[in-house]
Amino acid sequence: MNLHNEIPAARPARKKTDLQRPLDELVEMYANIPARQFRYCPGCGLGMAQSAIMRAFHRVGVDITKVATAGGSGCYSVMGHYYKSNHIHGSHGRGCAYAVGMKLARPELTVLTLQGDGDLLAIGGNHFIHAARRNIDITVICFNNYNFGDTGGQFAPTTPLGSKTETSTQGMPEPAFDACKLAIGAGASFVARSTVAHPAHLTKMIADAIEWKGFAFVEVLQHCHVLWGRRNGMPEAMDMMRFYKDNSVLNPSSIPEDERFDIPIYNEDEKNVKFVLGALHKEQRPEFTEEYAKLRAKAMAKAPGKVKS
Amino acid sequence: MTKRLLLGNDAFCEGLIAAGVRFYAGYPITPATEIAEAMSRRMPEVGGTYVQMEDELGSMGAIMGASATGVKSATASAGPGMALMQNELGQAIVAEIPLVVINVQRAGPGIGNATRSGQMEVMQARYGANGEVPALALAPSTVEEAFSLTVKAVNLSEKLRTVVIVLGEGMLGLQRAVVDLPDYDKIEVLDRPHPDVPPGEFLGNYNANELSDVPPIADFGSGYKSIVSSVGISRRGGGDISVLGLSEDDQDFTIRRLHQKLLDRKKEITLFEDLMTDDAEVVYIAFGTQALSAIGAMHEARARGIKAGVLRLITIWPFPDEVVRGCCKRARAVVVPEMNLGQLRLLVGNALANTGIKIVGVNRVDSVTITPAQILNKTTEVLS
Repeated sequence: MNLHNEIPAARPARKKTDLQRPLDELVEMYANIPARQFRYCPGCGLGMAQSAIMRAFHRVGVDITKVATAGGSGCYSVMGHYYKSNHIHGSHGRGCAYAVGMKLARPELTVLTLQGDGDLLAIGGNHFIHAARRNIDITVICFNNYNFGDTGGQFAPTTPLGSKTETSTQGMPEPAFDACKLAIGAGASFVARSTVAHPAHLTKMIADAIEWKGFAFVEVLQHCHVLWGRRNGMPEAMDMMRFYKDNSVLNPSSIPEDERFDIPIYNEDEKNVKFVLGALHKEQRPEFTEEYAKLRAKAMAKAPGKVKS
Repeated sequence: MTKRLLLGNDAFCEGLIAAGVRFYAGYPITPATEIAEAMSRRMPEVGGTYVQMEDELGSMGAIMGASATGVKSATASAGPGMALMQNELGQAIVAEIPLVVINVQRAGPGIGNATRSGQMEVMQARYGANGEVPALALAPSTVEEAFSLTVKAVNLSEKLRTVVIVLGEGMLGLQRAVVDLPDYDKIEVLDRPHPDVPPGEFLGNYNANELSDVPPIADFGSGYKSIVSSVGISRRGGGDISVLGLSEDDQDFTIRRLHQKLLDRKKEITLFEDLMTDDAEVVYIAFGTQALSAIGAMHEARARGIKAGVLRLITIWPFPDEVVRGCCKRARAVVVPEMNLGQLRLLVGNALANTGIKIVGVNRVDSVTITPAQILNKTTEVLS
C-alpha cells in the first residue's frame, strides 16, 4: 500500500459564513477581551493578526471549545488568553512540542500554535522542524516582527541582513532564515505567507491552514514599528504597513518556486525585500495522528486485553 | 496476581500503565532507554500513544500538552537528560499539570558514566528548576517497589496536580527480579479534580481560596475555557491574571500555595520504612538500592550486639524531617550511606540540628555498591 499516493477524502462543503460580520460580534463569539487592558503597543500588528485568526475561526466554522492553542514567551504570548479556546502558555519556544502532545492525545481537537519568530525559529527551532517532519495536523502561526520585541528589540533569526536592532547597532551581520523555506525543507505539507497589511488575504491563508489535513505553517509578517521600524527609518505603524504593501507580490504562481524565497537585506546601501505572499507550498502526505491510529489498532488487535497484568 | 520476571525499567512502565498512563513521550538515554522501548510497544497495545521526541525538552513539552487534554502522561530520563528537563519541570509544576517523570539516575556530572549507577540527583529533584518550586520525589529500592511506587506516583500527581519525580537508579532499572504483579483492574486509580460547575461559571484552572487548595482543572476540549499557564496565575477567586496583570499578592499566593498544598498533605505523601529504630543507638538512614545494604548492616550489627536500626526513606521530597527525628529518639549516631558525596546527609543533618546526634556518611561515587561491612566499619568508628 503506497500511502503517499492516497487521494484524500473530499472535504465537506464549506459553511457559508459572513466575512463582513462586525468585529464586535466576532469578539463576542470567539474572544474574551477584558475592557480595561490590552497588552500590545499602540499600532502593533498583533491586534490585526489576532482579528484575522478570529475571522479565520469563523470562516472555518470551528467549535471554539474544541480549539486548543499553545504558545510561550513573546509580545504575542497573551493572545492565546484572549480567545475562548483552550490554551497552554508555557516556556519560551516549546509551542510545537505542546501542540504535538495535545494533538496526539486528542486528535479531535483543532490545534494551533501562536508563536513569535524568535520563539519559533530560534529557541523553538528544533520542535518546529520535527513537528513539520511528522506532518502532524497542527497549524503553526508565526508572527514575524523581525526582532525579539518583548525584550526590547534584539535581533532574531529573521532580522534582515544589515538592519539595525539593539544587538546589531552596526547592522545585522548574519543572514536571516526564510521561515517558509525552512518549513518546506523540514517537511511541512502546507506553507503560506501573508502580512497584517493584507487582512482579507491573511484571513484566508489562516483559514486554509486550519482546514488543511497535516502540518500547516503560516508566516505572518507583522510590523514592530516601535522597535525595528524606528531603528530602520520606519517609525510609524503606517510606514511599515506601506512597506509591506509596496513590496508584496500576491500571486506566487507567477514566480518560479526557487525565486519565492530570498534572504531579506535592509540597510542604507542595499535593499532586497520582496514578499511573495500566498500558499507557497502544498503537498498531500500521510498525517501522523491517522498513521498512529492505524498502528495502534494493529497493536490492540494483536494483543487483546494486554492492559491486564 | 501474576508472577513475572521483570526488568526494573519494565516495572516502571507497568506501574505507569496500571495507574492509567496512556501517553508517553520519550528520548533515548542510558540507563532509562528500556522504558522508552517498552512504552513504544505497550502504549499502542493498551490504546495509548508513544511519541519519540526530538530532545528531552520536547518530551516534557509533549507530555505537558497531552496531560492538559486530560490524558495521564509520563516520561523518563537520566543524567544530562534530566538536566535539560528541569526547564519544563518547573513550568509544569507551576502550571499544575499532573505528570510523572522517572529519573533512572546514572553516575557522574556532565555526560558522566552512562552505564553506571548513582544517587546524585537528590538535590536536583528539589532545587533543579528555576524559581521557588516545590518537589515531590519518591525513591524505590526494589523492582517490585518500582512498580508499586510508580502507581502511587501517578495517583499523587493527579490528586495534587503536580509533577512527581520517581528517583530510580541505573542499578535498579537494569536489574531483573521476580515480581508479583497485581491485577491492574484491582488497583486504586485516582483522577485529577475536575470542575463541578457548568462552563459559564468556571473561573479557571487556578481558582483557589486557601493555600492548601488543589483547584479543579478542566480538560482541553471538555467544553470549558481551560487555560494552563506557567506564568503563575493562581489567585484567590480565580480569573486569568496573565491578561489582568500579576499583583504582588497574586505572586505570593501562587508560590506559597504550590508548597502548602504538598506540606498540608505531608502525612499522606510521606512514605518510609523503619526497622528496629525504637531502641536503636545507631540509625542508618538511606534510600533506594543503598537502603538494602543498610538493612544488611543492621542485621549484622544486631548479631554483634550493637543496637542498630534502619530508616528507609521512600518519600525524599518534601523531606520528612519529623520522621527522621522520630526514628532517632534514642540514637547516639546516624550513618547515612549513599552513592554521592553527602546530599542526603545534609538533609538529615538539618532535620537533626541541635540534637547532639553524631551524623556521618558512607559515600561512594565510583558506582560500586556500598557493602554492609563498610557501614559496620563506620558504625564501630562512630560509636567508639
